[in-house]
Amino acid sequence: MALNVRLVPDKKYIRPGDAACPGCPEALGLRYLGMALGDKAVLVVPAGCSAVIQGIIPRNAFHFPTVNIVFAAGASTAAGMAAAYEVLGKDAIVVVWAGDGGTADIGFASLSGAAERNDNILYICVDNEAYMNTGIQRSSLTPYGAWTTTTWTGKKEHKKDLPLIMISHKVPYVATASIAYPHDFIAKLKRAASIKGFKYIHLHAPCPVGWKFDADKTVHVAKLAIETGMWVLFEYYNGRFSISPPSRPYIDKSKRKPVIEYLKLQGRFRGLSKDDIERIEKYIDDTWSWYVLLEKWSNMGKDISRLIERQ
Amino acid sequence: MVVLPLTGNYAVAWAVKRARVKVIAAYPITPQTTIVEKLSEMVENGELDAKMIRVESEHSALAAVYGAAIAGARAFTATSSHGLLYMHEVLWWVSASRVPLVMAIVTRAIGPPWNIWTDHSDLLDQRDTGWIISMAESNQEAFDLTLQAFKITEDDRVNLPMIVGLDAFILSHTTAPVDVLEQEDVDRWLPERKQLYVIDPNNRFSLGNIASPKDYMMFRYDIEKAMDNARRVILEVDREYGKVFGREYGGLVECYKCSDAKYTVVAMGAWAGDAKEAIDILRDNGYAVGVLRIRFIRPLPVNEILNYLSGMKGVIVLDRSVSFGAGGQLFTEVSSILASRGRPPAMKGVIAGLGGVDVSYSEIKDIVLKFINEVEDQGWFIKRQEWFMPYEYSFKDYG
Repeated sequence: MALNVRLVPDKKYIRPGDAACPGCPEALGLRYLGMALGDKAVLVVPAGCSAVIQGIIPRNAFHFPTVNIVFAAGASTAAGMAAAYEVLGKDAIVVVWAGDGGTADIGFASLSGAAERNDNILYICVDNEAYMNTGIQRSSLTPYGAWTTTTWTGKKEHKKDLPLIMISHKVPYVATASIAYPHDFIAKLKRAASIKGFKYIHLHAPCPVGWKFDADKTVHVAKLAIETGMWVLFEYYNGRFSISPPSRPYIDKSKRKPVIEYLKLQGRFRGLSKDDIERIEKYIDDTWSWYVLLEKWSNMGKDISRLIERQ
Repeated sequence: MVVLPLTGNYAVAWAVKRARVKVIAAYPITPQTTIVEKLSEMVENGELDAKMIRVESEHSALAAVYGAAIAGARAFTATSSHGLLYMHEVLWWVSASRVPLVMAIVTRAIGPPWNIWTDHSDLLDQRDTGWIISMAESNQEAFDLTLQAFKITEDDRVNLPMIVGLDAFILSHTTAPVDVLEQEDVDRWLPERKQLYVIDPNNRFSLGNIASPKDYMMFRYDIEKAMDNARRVILEVDREYGKVFGREYGGLVECYKCSDAKYTVVAMGAWAGDAKEAIDILRDNGYAVGVLRIRFIRPLPVNEILNYLSGMKGVIVLDRSVSFGAGGQLFTEVSSILASRGRPPAMKGVIAGLGGVDVSYSEIKDIVLKFINEVEDQGWFIKRQEWFMPYEYSFKDYG
């Protein structure tokens, strides 16, 4: 998927004066969203940081038509809007822009419902790996070992693999993305927008405040997540699972940077023991084994169906 | 006139069809379920050109029709009891978004223990949410109110959502003749959907981001103003509907034989019909009694209650719900209004029929007669609550 930057609209979808913290990854992600979808996007924002980033009524830093909604109702509200646009013959891309809490935890039932119904929406989980808006509490997407204000000695459980759960819903499109790879993210947004039905993109979004790193390191930390293999970019489309170009080199374990380079930049991992780090290394290896196998299996599946056709 | 034998639930579904609703979302719960079953059937056989979203919960049901409504479509949902309670936070979001939306509530008791029969606690739990809240007495009225709800909510003086309540089983599952009107007559009477704003790519509008405390309070006052406007609009729509279709109910309340009454029974919902029968018998025996039926609990019919009831010798309020530690909700509201103008009439709040306990017209007659005798014997009094019990209370005494 090649993307010509010169063809991306230069219109600004996040206006100056937004209320994001310095170094906020969500403000970056929203800019890319505007570049990819332009004027067709209508945003649904459940409770979370992005409800605050918009600023205070009567002003709004978002240049998208935006509906704020209660925490657990991102996907369901969007489903209703998409149904109305269809029945009224209006051309729009309904985008849910939700955090990891609104997606993986309190909003998970409505997300799962909309996915199973294949409602025509694009759901984006902006994953900063904790409840940042309420002051850094753990979520089911907080990684093992991370300090939060509800896990003072580090979280004892691993991050759940939400993108794989979404693939299990048999939806037409699932992808992961990172704010450090705008080309990849924008291309995925464009592809998702071209598909009718339920689309899910999981955007990795390092938060300087909650992860405790310097505000000028957001993109650097996000990049390290890819280079160490902590976060893997992939795309699931037409029944095929494929690891995306920025992550492909790291299929080869020897190309991955040591995870300590990623962890040591972040204050939230300050309390990790040697054992903890080994557990995280094992988590990375296990995750990659799964993804590599999935890629193989989904491609094998395609070959098998071809074989059957020939019979 | 097209008269069909319909249950209360089917009557609601027919009104939704007549209003040409575009998006429906609902989650099944007894006794509401047959409304959405009927609507699904209408959508699938092409009778109704609408999208049906078969959501995974009531929270999502209301959120989905809210999304449809702000996107510009006429939308509808229905629920009962726990389903309504599960929706509760979304109710607030809808009304404060000032978006017209209609929901039917088939009133049902709240557990535990599980109980599927009628009780007004679920409906009255929504009093403070900023929804217009009405309650039907008959299947015909359930149809008429549902249809009128679209006109009331979409009036530019209102822009608030509305609940149409009907009692579980007594109305919802009981068949009666209902005039469902001709489609072309309804089309002439009910205009295309109107609303304050629409959110879509051509309407770059943003809703619900943070407001300062001062702005927030202004928005809240604006809802109160709209609720006040709704009083007038409800009356106008009721009169106009009466002129066009021949059925007028009296607006926020219906006063049955209370103009020359000395005693009045206040009730809401289906059993107001039983109260009317009770009153007829009492009148035959020489008692000057009437029924004030509450059709709308929000906006509260303040002037009507004052005008009809402040000169009464006695007012007895029947509540099919209770606010524990305070008494019946209707009694609390009616008595507070009456206390605002001089010495109120003698008053009693009676809590009866909870969880679907059957209360017959002859029992209501006995309840009212007892009240009249008490007032005549003892003179003026106010009794906040008296429970009309189905059998003698013999649970363990915790005192």
